[in-house]
Amino acid sequence: MRSICLYFQVHQPFRLRTYRFFDIGADHYYYDDYQNKHIVRRIAEKCYLPANEILLSLFREYGNDFRVAFSITGTSLEQFKKYTPEVIESFRKLAKTGNVEFLAETYSHSLAAFNNETEFRRQVEQHARTIGKLFGVKPVTFRNTELIYSNDIADMVYKLGYHTMLTEGARQVLGWKSPNFLYNSRNHPGLNLLLRNYQLSDDIAFRFSQKTWSEWPLTTEKYLNWLNAIDKDQKVVNIFLDYETFGEHQKAESGIFSFLKALPGTVLKSGKWNFHTPSQISELLDPVASLDVPYTISWADEERDVTAWLGNDLQDEAFETLYSVSDIMAECDDEGLLRDWNYLQGSDHFYYMCTKWFSDGAVHQYFNPYSTPYEAFINYMNVVSDFLIRVREYEEARSAGGHTVAKQKPDVARPLKEKTGKKEATSVTAVPERTAKTKPDKLTDKKAVTRRKAAR
Amino acid sequence: MFGWEFPPHITGGLGTACFGMTKGLLKHGVEVLFVVPKAYGDESQEAVRLINASDVTVKMQEPAFMEYWNKITFMEIGSNLIPYLDPEEFEKAVEEDLRTTEEKVNPVFAERFSFSGKYGHDLMAEVSRYALVGAALAAEQHFDVIHAHDWLTYPAGVAAKRVSGKPLVVHMHATEFDRSGENINKNVYDIERNGMEEADRVITVSNLTRNIVIERYGIAPDKVFTVHNAVEPVEKGELADCEKHVKEKVVTFLGRITFQKGPEYFIEAAKKVLDRDPNVRFVMAGTGDLMEKMIRRAARLKIASKFHFTGFLKGENVDRMFAMSDVYVMPSVSEPFGISPLEAMRSNVPVVISKQSGVAEVLKHVLKVDFWDIDAMADAIYSLLHYNALTTMFRKLGTEEVNSLKWETAAGLIADVYEQVYQK
Repeated sequence: MRSICLYFQVHQPFRLRTYRFFDIGADHYYYDDYQNKHIVRRIAEKCYLPANEILLSLFREYGNDFRVAFSITGTSLEQFKKYTPEVIESFRKLAKTGNVEFLAETYSHSLAAFNNETEFRRQVEQHARTIGKLFGVKPVTFRNTELIYSNDIADMVYKLGYHTMLTEGARQVLGWKSPNFLYNSRNHPGLNLLLRNYQLSDDIAFRFSQKTWSEWPLTTEKYLNWLNAIDKDQKVVNIFLDYETFGEHQKAESGIFSFLKALPGTVLKSGKWNFHTPSQISELLDPVASLDVPYTISWADEERDVTAWLGNDLQDEAFETLYSVSDIMAECDDEGLLRDWNYLQGSDHFYYMCTKWFSDGAVHQYFNPYSTPYEAFINYMNVVSDFLIRVREYEEARSAGGHTVAKQKPDVARPLKEKTGKKEATSVTAVPERTAKTKPDKLTDKKAVTRRKAAR
Repeated sequence: MFGWEFPPHITGGLGTACFGMTKGLLKHGVEVLFVVPKAYGDESQEAVRLINASDVTVKMQEPAFMEYWNKITFMEIGSNLIPYLDPEEFEKAVEEDLRTTEEKVNPVFAERFSFSGKYGHDLMAEVSRYALVGAALAAEQHFDVIHAHDWLTYPAGVAAKRVSGKPLVVHMHATEFDRSGENINKNVYDIERNGMEEADRVITVSNLTRNIVIERYGIAPDKVFTVHNAVEPVEKGELADCEKHVKEKVVTFLGRITFQKGPEYFIEAAKKVLDRDPNVRFVMAGTGDLMEKMIRRAARLKIASKFHFTGFLKGENVDRMFAMSDVYVMPSVSEPFGISPLEAMRSNVPVVISKQSGVAEVLKHVLKVDFWDIDAMADAIYSLLHYNALTTMFRKLGTEEVNSLKWETAAGLIADVYEQVYQK
């Protein structure tokens, strides 16, 4: 028996409102609530809710023979809570079946892995806490934003305690090798790698409804034939998709939901394949080889690199400007600032500034609320300019000792924390440590709070 | 080819465009006989044989001319209808009008006629007379296609077609709606429409103009083709490095200060930028009927110390102005094409253009805003002044882009249009 690993990515960014330069310093709210609400509700109705419903019925029908993995970003979960709480409920139902593995990732689908290990860790931890709180599970498999991967990123992920990670079966890394095996990281043999089979994944994600495609229409039988045609030694096929493929990118009229409904049955009936989640595969199989990835890869575009997010002058300037305050933000305990810090790191903002749309235009334009990368850049820079002013003001107030603990508000994860009295105790012991550093008392108190939060 | 001006004697963009076009056409094996109302003798003849309409003898007795003449109506116009007129000329024209009204005999019917070659006084008389010259030339010259630029030359083009039976292509660089908004001059509109109806093909400088031609003049869409304008590449070193004498960044508007060019939106945007960042200077270069109003508006907004008017600039001074500029803005309300942003980009100046311009159809590496959206315009200007990556990107990609807009390519498309109507 061989394995099919289905993993679905769920992500929604906080899209920015039109923010003019004269708003800088005057208005600190950056988000386009109307658009965010509208988009999230639309996609919930067209994709998340009906697709979840189908998965739930499939789990009932096939029990433990059918399993999938989800990675849901923190920013999506926040928007679901705000605009479509029923989506959270429906994911919870899926979680309760025990047939879903929830993966770890950066909270805001960020590019922190490129810049700042501290921030990367903070985001991964925040995301894991959120998943734990909502679904009662602790993620053990990691997937980075857009499946971005390199040796350096593997270091950070391994240090965070993960032993399984997902990335793209990029041709520039694999060469003649097949993605249909378990691999591991060259630097950390303890970190197993599952590689996306982009051929079979994109057959569903991109080509499913293309009438010009020679294989259209795609049936589950045809798909099974393709799976069966894979050499018998190759033990796992990783089908990694944006969850929005179902009903949003591929419209319901294309028959995508029927395909989803029929796939497990067709595949299981053949008796040759099982469905497993990433962590199960990592247990089941032994890695066949180590992958050395000095240059970063991703699952995007023809190049499978990161040039959709970073590399042009606009993206680089925006990125550097935002992360110029990462040291201050590492110590920050202002809830409003932390929220914006999370949202502004979303990789989507950088994606909108991509100037490659001349070639990969179709896909990029689809996801882009701006008509040009220049507009995206201008709007983002205006917002970040305001954000930086606030961060600097915060920092000045803190250095002056004028920033008080009274300002702090509990964050999302707080209720969970308060139940675990033991960790509260750790934070109390933290106070004397801090006092030793001869800093003003108020600051010490504030730092203690930071510490307590970090301990969560 | 019937034009109204030819470099170096130009008052608008038409002459420059014709020059580039004829050079491009030569590369596609098209020889051009270029007719202008008045030649000065120092025009570049590297790509064309220039014919001075003032030198052409029109024998009024010939029946062909009389027949044509009977068909066109002589249109007397007031000087307030004159397009493209700068204030000095306007004044001169009015004075002259007063002086000469009484003793005016109809000079159109003289054997020779001295064209002023300007967009000036008694324009309609010149246009009519130019049509007669067109007919006269059509009878004596050898050519395959007639190409007429803008309404001033359409009667000439039509006359030449009548006399010679050769196909006529008319080129719309600007429509009466672009020049006058909704208050159009009916005579001009009629000449434009008649010219396009008589023509075998109509070339428009943008899809924006093509739509106007189809929707507002009722011209059959299948004979209207868009050929976007281009710019001549600049010789290296031609762009002299100019010393900027102010430490502030400079934001420039350059063009006629008329309704069509949207100067008031530039001023309002300037105010918004200056409110936030006083270290910027705005320059409005050019002249026009709204200039005084604009000066008053700048004073009223209390930005006059940072907002400067230069008057009319030409030639070297235009290049110098670009060299001093950090941002170029073209806020046109209606711009059939708009060549000036290309000139700015060629000088490495990042540009903001209105979406209501034809040039917006061909440019990617510029900021495009609606002319009325002064918030967006101010934001675009502010960003170009403050976020360096934008300027870096524009310098790099914009220069590449503008260099790829060659007249040779555009002329190739024009030659294709000729090919469609050429009678073998």
